[in-house]
Amino acid sequence: MLEVRDVSVSFGERQVLNRVSIDVANGEIVALLGPSGSGKSTLLRVIAGLLVPDSGSVALDAVDITTLSTHRRNIGMVFQDEQLFPHRTVAQNIEFGLRMQGWEVARRSRRVTELLSMIGLDQFAGRRVTGLSGGEAKRVALARTLAPSPRIVLLDEPLTGLDRELHDQLANELSHLLRSTATTALIVTHDRDEAAAIADRTVTLADCERRP
Amino acid sequence: MTRPDRRAESSSNRLPRWVVGGLAVPATVFIGVFYLWPVGTLIGRSFTLESLRSALHDPAIRHIAWFTTWQAGLSTMLTVAIGLVPAYLLARFEFRGRRLLTAAITVPFVLPTVVVGAAFLALLPDRLDQSVIAIVMAHVFFNVAVVVRGVGGLWEQLPPDLGAAARTLGASPSRTMREITLPLLTPAIAASASIVFLFTFTSFGVVRLLGGPAHPTLEVEIWQQATRFGDVGVAAVLSVAQLVVLGLAVAWFSRLQTTHRRALDLAPLTHRQRARTPRQRAFVIGATIAILVAIAVPVAALVDRSLRTGPGHSLAAWRSVFGAHANDASRPTVVAGFDPLASVVTSLRFALIAMVISVVVGGCAALAISTLRRGGRLLDTGLMLPLGTSAVTIGFGLLITFDTAPFDWRGSPWMIPLGHALVATPFVVRLLLPVLRSIDPDLRDAASTLGASPIRVWREIDLRMLGRPLLTGAGFALAISLGEFGATSLLTRSGRETLPIAIERLLNRPGALLHAQGYVLATVLAALTFVIIGAVEAVRLGSDQRA
Amino acid sequence: MKRHTASVVALALIAAACGSGTTSSPEPKPTSLTLVAYDSFSVEPEAFNAFTTATGIAVKVVTAGDAGTMLSKAALTAGKPEGDVMWGVDNTLLARALRSEVFRPYTSPQLSALNPEAVALAPRHELTPVDEGDVCINYDIAWFAEHELAPPTTLDELTQPAYRDLLVVENPATSSPGLAFMLATIAASGDAGWQQYWQSLRANGVSVVDSWDQAYYEQFSASTGKGPRPLVVSYGSSPPAEVVFASPRPDTAPTGVMASSCFHQVEFAGVLRGTKYPTASGQLVDYLVSMAFQEMLPLTLFVYPVRTGATVPQEFTDYAVRPKDPLTVSPAEIEAKSKDWITTWTEIVVR
Repeated sequence: MLEVRDVSVSFGERQVLNRVSIDVANGEIVALLGPSGSGKSTLLRVIAGLLVPDSGSVALDAVDITTLSTHRRNIGMVFQDEQLFPHRTVAQNIEFGLRMQGWEVARRSRRVTELLSMIGLDQFAGRRVTGLSGGEAKRVALARTLAPSPRIVLLDEPLTGLDRELHDQLANELSHLLRSTATTALIVTHDRDEAAAIADRTVTLADCERRP
Repeated sequence: MTRPDRRAESSSNRLPRWVVGGLAVPATVFIGVFYLWPVGTLIGRSFTLESLRSALHDPAIRHIAWFTTWQAGLSTMLTVAIGLVPAYLLARFEFRGRRLLTAAITVPFVLPTVVVGAAFLALLPDRLDQSVIAIVMAHVFFNVAVVVRGVGGLWEQLPPDLGAAARTLGASPSRTMREITLPLLTPAIAASASIVFLFTFTSFGVVRLLGGPAHPTLEVEIWQQATRFGDVGVAAVLSVAQLVVLGLAVAWFSRLQTTHRRALDLAPLTHRQRARTPRQRAFVIGATIAILVAIAVPVAALVDRSLRTGPGHSLAAWRSVFGAHANDASRPTVVAGFDPLASVVTSLRFALIAMVISVVVGGCAALAISTLRRGGRLLDTGLMLPLGTSAVTIGFGLLITFDTAPFDWRGSPWMIPLGHALVATPFVVRLLLPVLRSIDPDLRDAASTLGASPIRVWREIDLRMLGRPLLTGAGFALAISLGEFGATSLLTRSGRETLPIAIERLLNRPGALLHAQGYVLATVLAALTFVIIGAVEAVRLGSDQRA
Repeated sequence: MKRHTASVVALALIAAACGSGTTSSPEPKPTSLTLVAYDSFSVEPEAFNAFTTATGIAVKVVTAGDAGTMLSKAALTAGKPEGDVMWGVDNTLLARALRSEVFRPYTSPQLSALNPEAVALAPRHELTPVDEGDVCINYDIAWFAEHELAPPTTLDELTQPAYRDLLVVENPATSSPGLAFMLATIAASGDAGWQQYWQSLRANGVSVVDSWDQAYYEQFSASTGKGPRPLVVSYGSSPPAEVVFASPRPDTAPTGVMASSCFHQVEFAGVLRGTKYPTASGQLVDYLVSMAFQEMLPLTLFVYPVRTGATVPQEFTDYAVRPKDPLTVSPAEIEAKSKDWITTWTEIVVR
């Protein structure tokens, strides 16, 4: 399904990704492990189209999308610090992707309700996102990403910075949500246990790099 | 703050209250006598005269008020729209020459309004003189820096991932801009737009040079009624009307600033990147070139016209200003009527006096404000009032207030620098206060424990820290005074023309030589301003590097 | 001791304050006097040499904008003048000048030698007439010949399509010839007709500029500026200037005057109230109406002397036009109505 081939990225003098390749099959949940600062997030940004690699290619369902604009890829992404839109409510955040796809109002609100109940925040629709707790914000961010049913979801350290109890609880929820919606996903994390708890398969960035 | 109140704790180490109170005296007298009294006189005059009623019902004045408003609205909208491009460029991209471009963009803003007007007079073809297009273009040129600074500052700190998130959710770049970026920038855009609106609503120099008889703003009409038609009553009514409008605008603006603050997770660091894609590179290069050209062309036109007295280029006008005689030989009935070179000397002399007044008054005031509490706030507000008053109103108020013995100072040579100091003092105070307030109380206490008396502490700590901001403030006061045109237009005396007055008069006379002389003086004024602001920036950056 | 010093200082201050206003101590003799004039005052400094030789007082000329601005500024600072004597208040501004008490009455011993009609305009002698002339439409003779069109002879013709886009006038709000021409149209068409007249002029493409300088030197086709328009509001005495200053000197004047458009103008000079040297200033006014100075005016300011018996140069008699019966409006009526007229005019023509 997702095929990343020989992707290299450097910022000025610094080489961040050196000929990285990775595959994710349909319906598979893959965890990408590596210490922080090793370029995992950069790889996600390349896949999402937020960054054009210096060389290499990205293909989705055998179609090359290396230079395709982000908004045409239908690749979802959960950002490390959520990046909820502060000027919109919880529901408005979740329905944002649906509006972009041109869903009509009634269908949108049904989908939002569905997702809100999926993440257990049924009563939160009209809330401002600036008042949410850490866990609530994570859930809203996930719901926002899942709402338009992206072809693949990229998660950038989704559970970093939460306390132990919340972390374990959310890890379970996340795993459950991704599986119940049969979502293909690539999770970036530095936590081996977290990777094991959520993913079908774990790779390290070092495994993906082609050695000269 | 968990610390106990330092002031209460160590009051015995502080200067006695009467000393601090004494420091507040010059500023209080200054603002009371030269600002509040004249404004009171204006209000008194406009309400005792029946011209209040007639002026408000006068269709001509309504027409002027409407024109003033819509040209300001149009100028503001265009300034914001155009300013967003350089704001985006500087906020999001890292490239070679970025700092230079930032500095270049502020150039038009520090230029005196008369110079900007002269530059567009030089640049535009004759048929665009005296048109709204010319006024609006000059306003945009002058004010773009406000938008770049105001909006760019917020934009730089806006996490780019918010936009990225929208893009992963299927929003196109333009949609992302519309739905995410612009709404988040709204507070900064609104703040910049309000400032630009205030500037363009009270625009005087640009409109005097480019407006012509068909396009007076309220500010120009006040001047015109008072000094051309001799109708003091109407001018007073218009001044008060303008005061009210400006007061409302400032109040609305400060409300906007307090209520519109969004709980944004602003990153203190910036998110600038090098351009990666060919499109980004094309944008960075294209926008940079376009901005530099837009800034350079009017300034170049100014210099070019100073070199044109006939066909081809020559130094004739420069020689005639700095050499012996300044009359246009081809038209014996057309003479400047004053010495252009003398205006340079007059301007510099006035600027020095204005600088001394504003540094002394502003310095004392800042020290008093930082120490006094409630009284300090009151003085602070009082000193800011002239900023919310149009320059023409200030000049007009001074002129009609001090007209009876023993306060008949209309002919005094120090009225002009005094008007300039009213405008410049708030800037000096604004530069000094943050420095004074940022002085760690521990520093003073340390000095006290080492045996310094209160006055010694004050001299060794406070005054020492004020050196650079005082120098900066002095520079700003000089530049403000050199370029001041509104208040001067009312207070000016024949034979004592300042540079802006001389420029306007020369450009309004016929004849290539007189015009070229006007452009010579405008070039000289621009150069003087550059040198002063450049020196101020060098001092400021020097202090940054030390800190 | 201290108290004693203080009272001495106080007394001295009081004496000084009173002394400046009320005492009649003999006036000190100045080393120089300042003559305030409008921008287009182009009398050479040498013209005052005779005065300096006779009295030992130098004369410094400062210009203060157009005549209206000059007077308004003087009115705002009445009693604190920018100089000692002012040149250039004309009959359109006369009533305003008298009302705002800018001048100090001075009865010149020369008055009997001046045109009595002009003297009579300021019966209390706050102002002394110094020159006369007429504001008239001038036309570019060559332009009309080239385009095989007859120059207009009546004001009404100016609204005809043949003369479309040809006329440039000065703004009456900012220029005294502009005001004079507006008054001419009011005198010609009456209170009822003049507004309609200007609407027609506007429809026929009349151009408005701020000052006479701009109109004549930048817009008029027959002046050195070679502007686009062959009809301009100027003076009946402008044609001689085109002869005198041209090089080589032409045989006939290149410009003509439309006599039916002329408005009579008298210019005055006066001693400014608040001058430190009223006596010397009076002497300067005398000098301005002296025979020598008056005879110099035609070829410097292009106006007629106000002094009877002053000879006018040949070029002047040859090329200038002095209509026998120019249009005019009384100073009192001008004072009463000119502000409304100007507002209405602005409404019709500029907006």
